[in-house]
Amino acid sequence: MLTSLKNSFKHGVHPPENKEETNGLPIRQFPFAPLIILPMQQHIGNPSQIIVKEGQEVSRGQLLAKANGYMSVPMHSPVSGNIRKIADVLLISGQTSPGIYLEPFPYSGQEVVVGKPISLDASPEEILKGIQDAGIVGLGGAAFPTHVKLKIPEGKTCDHLIINGIECEPYLTTDHRVMLEQADDIFTGIRYLLRVTDAKEVIIGIEANKQDAADHLTSKVPTDLPVKVQVVPVKYPQGAEKMLITALLGKEVPSGGLPIEVNAVVVNVATTAEIGRLLPHGQGIQERVITITGPGVKKKGNYLIPIGTPLRYVLEQVGAVDNISEVYMGGPMMGVSASSLDISIVKGTSGIVVFGDNEVRKVGKIYPCIKCSACVDACPIFLNPSKLGILAKFEAYDTMADEYNLMDCFECGSCSYVCPSNIPLVQYFRLSKALVRKKKSAKQQKSNA
Amino acid sequence: MLSKTLHISTSPHINKGVSTDMIMKNVVYALIPVALFSVYAFGINAFLVVNTSVIACVFTEHLLCRWSNQESTISDWSAIITGLLLGLTLPPIFPLWMTFLGGVMAIALGKFVFGGLGYNAFNPALVGRAILQAAFPVAITTWHPSFLEDRFVSISNAVLAFPFAKPIVDGISGATPLSAFKFDHVATDSTDLALGLISGSTGETCSWLIALGGVYLIYKKMMNWRIPVTILTSVFVLSGILYLFDNQIYPSPMFMLFSGGLMLGAVFMATDMVGSPITPLGIVIYGIFIGVLVVVIRIWGGLPEGVMYAILLGNALTPQIDSIIRPKVYGTKKAML
Ligand code: SF4
Ligand code: SF4
Repeated sequence: MLTSLKNSFKHGVHPPENKEETNGLPIRQFPFAPLIILPMQQHIGNPSQIIVKEGQEVSRGQLLAKANGYMSVPMHSPVSGNIRKIADVLLISGQTSPGIYLEPFPYSGQEVVVGKPISLDASPEEILKGIQDAGIVGLGGAAFPTHVKLKIPEGKTCDHLIINGIECEPYLTTDHRVMLEQADDIFTGIRYLLRVTDAKEVIIGIEANKQDAADHLTSKVPTDLPVKVQVVPVKYPQGAEKMLITALLGKEVPSGGLPIEVNAVVVNVATTAEIGRLLPHGQGIQERVITITGPGVKKKGNYLIPIGTPLRYVLEQVGAVDNISEVYMGGPMMGVSASSLDISIVKGTSGIVVFGDNEVRKVGKIYPCIKCSACVDACPIFLNPSKLGILAKFEAYDTMADEYNLMDCFECGSCSYVCPSNIPLVQYFRLSKALVRKKKSAKQQKSNA
Repeated sequence: MLSKTLHISTSPHINKGVSTDMIMKNVVYALIPVALFSVYAFGINAFLVVNTSVIACVFTEHLLCRWSNQESTISDWSAIITGLLLGLTLPPIFPLWMTFLGGVMAIALGKFVFGGLGYNAFNPALVGRAILQAAFPVAITTWHPSFLEDRFVSISNAVLAFPFAKPIVDGISGATPLSAFKFDHVATDSTDLALGLISGSTGETCSWLIALGGVYLIYKKMMNWRIPVTILTSVFVLSGILYLFDNQIYPSPMFMLFSGGLMLGAVFMATDMVGSPITPLGIVIYGIFIGVLVVVIRIWGGLPEGVMYAILLGNALTPQIDSIIRPKVYGTKKAML
């Protein structure tokens, strides 16, 4: 194994990790909720198209909705049960999406339907199709359809397949547990990925706070696979693709470009395990591992939770405090606050962090920017968040984009995290980016018309 | 259960927890030993000057905020810093009414007209001092010996002078080491210099206490170490070269380091975050610029001391430095200039 502690990216931050409470807890199966609510929009791209009817009986693993085009994935039934209703459901963004209400059969065996297995000798196209058919999206949180990401563009080659086991978000320990408990699935997944990408080497990147996972995977590497496990120092946002590529390969992904520009493809480790587990049986995703933690829950842990389980049910099962005041879906750096408990667990949910009334962080007083340079020293993209923040206040969006590389900001939050003046920098940048994009597309439409 | 409305915030949901008022507070803590030493060295006079300056700054900031219908910003502690710094750069027997006026000017013209904290292009304390220097050139260069026997019991008449009364020139006035060197070519013992056993502005004399305050702030990660280090290094190197060249005409580098307002300026004034560049390279350029200017003004300029002007010029150059020096953005070919 290669342990190099100097390999990392430049800048970044060190938020308190808060992983100790759950990183030693094995993954446990979560019970089925009395009602499963499945949104059809769980991924980036078109919502899945429902192919079942109200009142229909479905089995666990059965196809409920098919992919709507290439930029979409299908949805499988997480339980055997009855379709109660087909209606719009609430998403975390506050928007709604078509959805399926599913009532599980009590006492059913919940065996999973087996589909057409995809063998390791299958062609790359068949494997990609198999990955799409399994409904697999990036489980690290982005929920980008994995088959799209794995498609190597014409004329490009992939030399390095990077398996992302960084998990740099505080509190989250799902990837950590997956690496400790699902090594075989991970290596099977890597075999499929190697077929698809034709990569020459595989690097599993793991942060130094998961040395046990690194040791375990190293001991399990099949001798016929070109895999090396590389441990990198703990630093946020190392799990971001670009940062990880820099840490492991010492290369920078060109601005606006994809990792393939530097001959690399990055896949999250839990996604890899899912590919390794599902493809040999031709099954689809029904559940995922989620860390549930934070001062507001009693039974903290890493749980295998059926997709579509309502958040309210999850919190009741883990003994959330009565005075819940804030819930993030994902980690504290990039996760989204839930505005309602009536949303569901989706494929992209990697963690649920719960705070009670007493623990919620008081939002600090906002002061003017004192040019302390903390944000400049934190930004992994080497932007000037201080200047960008001031420009955003003056609504100088074009200047931000054209002269200060606004569009390279990937909203990691490092700048806001360190800002002593509590300036909502990332919020500014999110908004500014959206406005710049809107303006651009309006312009394009005009010139097309 | 679980039915109440949820608190919503946008990511990141956590903050490092170092706040702007905390930084300011710590700068004040770092300055307190320096202020105490000034009282120890110069007695009641210094005590009055420093306190008057602080009161003037805080008072002015509060009133200006009120008058412009804003929430008072004195709780961010930055006005206290300005007051302390201004007081510490004045001569120990500086008339209190002038001190007060300086404090008002520092906040009103050095900070408020620019838009308050964060927008002040120049270090407000230095703006206040520059105004005083222009208005009262005699009083501000009337020095006073340190460690006088009666310093804790007698108040200088000059300190209590009435506004606009004919200036009282106090009987004893001690030359500072810099003016002694510049005009009389008398070098002061550098041990005395470093220990602060010399004459000078109230808070400029004890270099090691100032440096200690800097070390504290650097340790707390509330000060950019590059600023004092580059200023002091460039002063040392440049004056060292000159000294090697001719040690009769040019002062020794140690003397340069420990005399005048250099230490206070390099550690506490040039490091004002608002007026200094934001990138590491920009900061180094700024530091070298100030250091070179200090030596040039001290040796070839008409004034014995150049730290104040050097820093003000450094502040003036900062926006230019920041717009030219930009780190290469990740994934781009080269820096956007
Ligand atoms: S961290 Fe905040 S206060 Fe400091 S320079 Fe950046 S935006 Fe300004
Ligand atoms: S959110 Fe954007 S500007 Fe802020 S540190 Fe991350 S990449 Fe840089």
